Amino acid sequence: MTVNWISIGLLTDIPLRGARCVKTPDGKIAVFRTAENQIFAIDDHCPHKGGPLSQGIVHGAAVTCPLHNWVISLETGKALGADEGSVRTIPVRIDGEHLFIALEALASRAA
Amino acid sequence: MTEKLVIIGNGMAPGRMLEHLFEQAPGRYAVTIFNAEPRVNYDRIMLSPVLSGEKSYEEIVIHGDGWYIQHGITLYKGHKIVAIDRAAKTVTSDHGVTENYDKLVIATGSVPFIIPVPGKDLPGVLTYRDLDDVQAMLLAAQSREKAVVIGGGLLGLEAAAGLASRGMDVTVLHVMPTLMERQLDPAAGYLLQRAVEDRGIKVITKANTKQIIGDGKVEGVELADGTIIPATLVVMAVGIRPSAGLAKDAGLAVNRGIVVDSGMLTSDGDIYSVGECAEVDGMVYGLVAPLYEMARVAASHLAGDRSAAFVHSDTPTKLKVTGINLFSLGDFAEGDDREEIVLRDATAGVYKRVVLRQNRIIGTVLYGETADGAWFNDLKKKQTDISEMRDTLIFGQAYQGGAPLDPMAAVAALPDDAEICGCNGVCKGKITSTITAKALTSLDDVRAHTKASASCGSCTGLVEQLMSLTLGAAYNPATVTPMCTCTTLGHDDVRRLIKAKGLKTIPAVMQELEWKTSCGCAKCRPALNYYLVCDFPDEYADDYQSRYINERVHANIQKDGTYSVVPRMWGGVTNSNELRAIADVVDKFEIPMVKVTGGQRIDLLGIEKEDLPAVWADLGKAGFVSGQAYAKGLRTVKTCVGSDWCRFGTQDSTGLGIRIEKFMWGSWTPAKLKLAVSGCPRNCAEATCKDIGVICVDSGFEIHFAGAAGLDIKGTEVLGMVHTEDEALEYIVALAQMYREQGRYLERIYKWAKRIGLDEIRRQIMGDADKRRGYYERFVFSQKFAQVDPWSERVSGKDKHEFKPMATVGFAQAAE
Ligand code: SRM
Ligand SMILES: Cc1cc2nc3c(=O)[nH]c(=O)nc-3n(C[C@H](O)[C@H](O)[C@H](O)COP(=O)(O)OP(=O)(O)OC[C@H]3O[C@@H](n4cnc5c(N)ncnc54)[C@H](O)[C@@H]3O)c2cc1C
Ligand code: SF4
Ligand code: FES
Repeated sequence: MTVNWISIGLLTDIPLRGARCVKTPDGKIAVFRTAENQIFAIDDHCPHKGGPLSQGIVHGAAVTCPLHNWVISLETGKALGADEGSVRTIPVRIDGEHLFIALEALASRAA
Repeated sequence: MTEKLVIIGNGMAPGRMLEHLFEQAPGRYAVTIFNAEPRVNYDRIMLSPVLSGEKSYEEIVIHGDGWYIQHGITLYKGHKIVAIDRAAKTVTSDHGVTENYDKLVIATGSVPFIIPVPGKDLPGVLTYRDLDDVQAMLLAAQSREKAVVIGGGLLGLEAAAGLASRGMDVTVLHVMPTLMERQLDPAAGYLLQRAVEDRGIKVITKANTKQIIGDGKVEGVELADGTIIPATLVVMAVGIRPSAGLAKDAGLAVNRGIVVDSGMLTSDGDIYSVGECAEVDGMVYGLVAPLYEMARVAASHLAGDRSAAFVHSDTPTKLKVTGINLFSLGDFAEGDDREEIVLRDATAGVYKRVVLRQNRIIGTVLYGETADGAWFNDLKKKQTDISEMRDTLIFGQAYQGGAPLDPMAAVAALPDDAEICGCNGVCKGKITSTITAKALTSLDDVRAHTKASASCGSCTGLVEQLMSLTLGAAYNPATVTPMCTCTTLGHDDVRRLIKAKGLKTIPAVMQELEWKTSCGCAKCRPALNYYLVCDFPDEYADDYQSRYINERVHANIQKDGTYSVVPRMWGGVTNSNELRAIADVVDKFEIPMVKVTGGQRIDLLGIEKEDLPAVWADLGKAGFVSGQAYAKGLRTVKTCVGSDWCRFGTQDSTGLGIRIEKFMWGSWTPAKLKLAVSGCPRNCAEATCKDIGVICVDSGFEIHFAGAAGLDIKGTEVLGMVHTEDEALEYIVALAQMYREQGRYLERIYKWAKRIGLDEIRRQIMGDADKRRGYYERFVFSQKFAQVDPWSERVSGKDKHEFKPMATVGFAQAAE
């Protein structure tokens, strides 16, 4: 399987300690930029009740869901602390300022 | 037969390569070098000491003219190669010299990046790359006028420090919130900024250069927010680009840099590339250590040994500004599989952070005390398992091997005359003897009797240790609940220290108050952001990334991720125009739910985030502003119809409610703030369960406060009686400000009042005219900055990234 990297924009499109969404045929993906310029992409869908994770507060490599404050790891997609659940992570590539996500990760999920 | 080796560029990388080559294969090549710079190879790194006057050019030359003669090298100084003919195997310079080669090495380095703003070509705009730049800066510095350095990275700061030491008045503009953000985390960036400012250099962060102004020569820099900084010299140090154009024109594979394999060979079997222009394994470099490694590998290959291969390794970054100690290495981002150890010593201005993965160091940031940098580098390189020395690791090498450091033992060992509290000059003996003599058991008592830790509070930990040493088991440390797990301090201490120490940014608070994490959490960041907005309304720039989503997008998030929009209806009063405008918006955006709220206004629910700015734009045209139904701030002022209509009304309750709402909207408070004004004691506006309520009576206005009708139900308390509307407004505003200044984040007014004491509040607001006036005036001042309608601000484009998806992808593929 060849990896199909899709360009989604520039690093600077995302505020530090913030997130932006990428729309795809099967739902939104949240792309995060941490205080330290790491980029992560996960489904924009909290494992608890589907809250839009892109709207939460980003701290370290985690985001706090805006609906009921679950804390989700951006690296593993897993809920941290006492909560259990996880969300899909999507591979990201950074080339200079340009960001790419691996699309067939999406296709395979759709399949 | 000697082969012909031609080198383009005479920088540090090829210089080092030749040294290796002459050692390994003396006499094998006849070497010709073309260098665009009209000089020999010198130590580019040391340009900063030349700029600051600590060194001369002669002292930084690496290979003098004699070296070239000795090795039979032909050096074309001031010749820039303009073409490579790979078929004919020749290169041609701008002066028309053509040389043929057997092997070619491209070592063209980098070129400074110039931000494409108007005025970038004006005389007086320089970059910082070579000796010519330094000479131009030295010339400009003779004027001792103003200089602006654009870029707060390594080069920019070195340039700024150099120019300042030459007597110029320097301002550094940096587009990011903290300096050197690529090498330092925000905490270290903050300390660095303080040290730079201590040298008299001004630093403006989040500064977006719009243009360089001047007529015929530089006169200043204009920022995107309209600020103009006058300057006769502008140095752009915003980054470098590998200089790969020549290689690209010659048809070599070029990505960001010239693509080479691990043997430094380009896509042409006879052409190598080394230095900043080369890209190996997807990486380009800007520090000499990896370039020297490239030089070693290329030399081996040229000498016939094909086994040498370039391996990536992290290089520590250091700043060469005398008196600033800073060290950064590797990957210091956070993550689940990582742990961090942070040491902050606010008094000494020290910050150290080590990032671990599986008990191995993967990154280090040291500020203030960098002596252990080499040691950490070594542990990282060797991937040493540090579990054994984990507890003392951060203290450095000197603490390893010996007995683990017990902080209590250290305090016990202090002599009686050791100063504990610097602010009040209190020594250890005074504290311990007072504790014993007066039988003190609480920290507050010790503060009251000795003044130790009563000012800035940074010695609180020491004082507590002394108490527990003196009292033993009898000492039960104060049960302050820390704000969150990032700190041991409670909200009140944090608020007090922010004021006492004049801390004006979140990184400043975290450093000076010795936060245990590098960037806080979702609990402390919104709180700190509020405290700073409240204490420094004119100076503090609100940090949106530290606000909850509702406050960041000025709407309330719903369970399905859509938003609700609640426009203000001042005092609950509306009219046909407003209602018509709302109806039109509802139709246009197909808003699924329209509801009258419990706060006397209309809620539009189920709006997609992307539609928010357009919805606001339409509402804005009809005169609506945000109702801030999302804010830890002023929400609503409910009113009843009052004396204008009601047969029982004693005062114009509607008018007063509207007046209060227009006066107070936009203000941030520790938790939401809801008011109501009822026209008579029948209380149809439900004023007696509000945060602040007014009951109008014939003789005036009875002001109530500290009610609750949510999670808790609680009738209000009476603050007092006033006789005029003007007084009512002043007292209410003063009360709100007192709460703003003292409340803990998320603490409603009734909880704050219980904590402070109702009588204390009455005393200050009703009984002390000066205090009241002070609170009132501080509120009014803060409103100057707070009363900006966030909706119209967003409609005019601010933060537009918040509302648009970054990209839309994959739909075509899905259709296939
Ligand atoms: C819309 C509204 C209900 C309605 O349909 O009438 C409402 C809706 C919400 N309320 Fe409320 N409250 C509304 C009036 C009230 C009232 C009555 C009032 O203000 O007169 C109260 C009791 C008074 C009080 O505030 O104590 C009230 C007590 C609460 C509480 C409990 C607060 C507490 O400290 O006890 C919460 C939870 C919180 O804030 O943490 C809450 C939280 C909420 C939130 C923001 C829940 C959330 O976090 O998403 C709801 C937002 C829905 C939305 O998007 O509009 N709402 N809420 C009312 C909006 C008023 C307005 O125009 O701004
Ligand atoms: C002020 C300053 C401070 C620095 N501080 C540090 C530091 O503290 N630590 C650190 O590790 N690094 C530091 N660096 C970076 C370091 O100096 C560089 O990484 C290193 O010098 C790059 O070496 P190079 O050989 O790749 O390129 P360069 O040294 O840039 O040499 C390239 C040469 O090629 C010439 N050239 C370009 N194109 C052509 C052409 N077409 N024909 C002929 N000649 C051409 C150029 O004129 C130039 O002389 C600093 C750099 C600067 C400017
Ligand atoms: S009472 Fe308030 S918080 Fe509870 S469901 Fe109703 S609107 Fe939401
Ligand atoms: S939906 Fe995310 S915490 Fe409930």
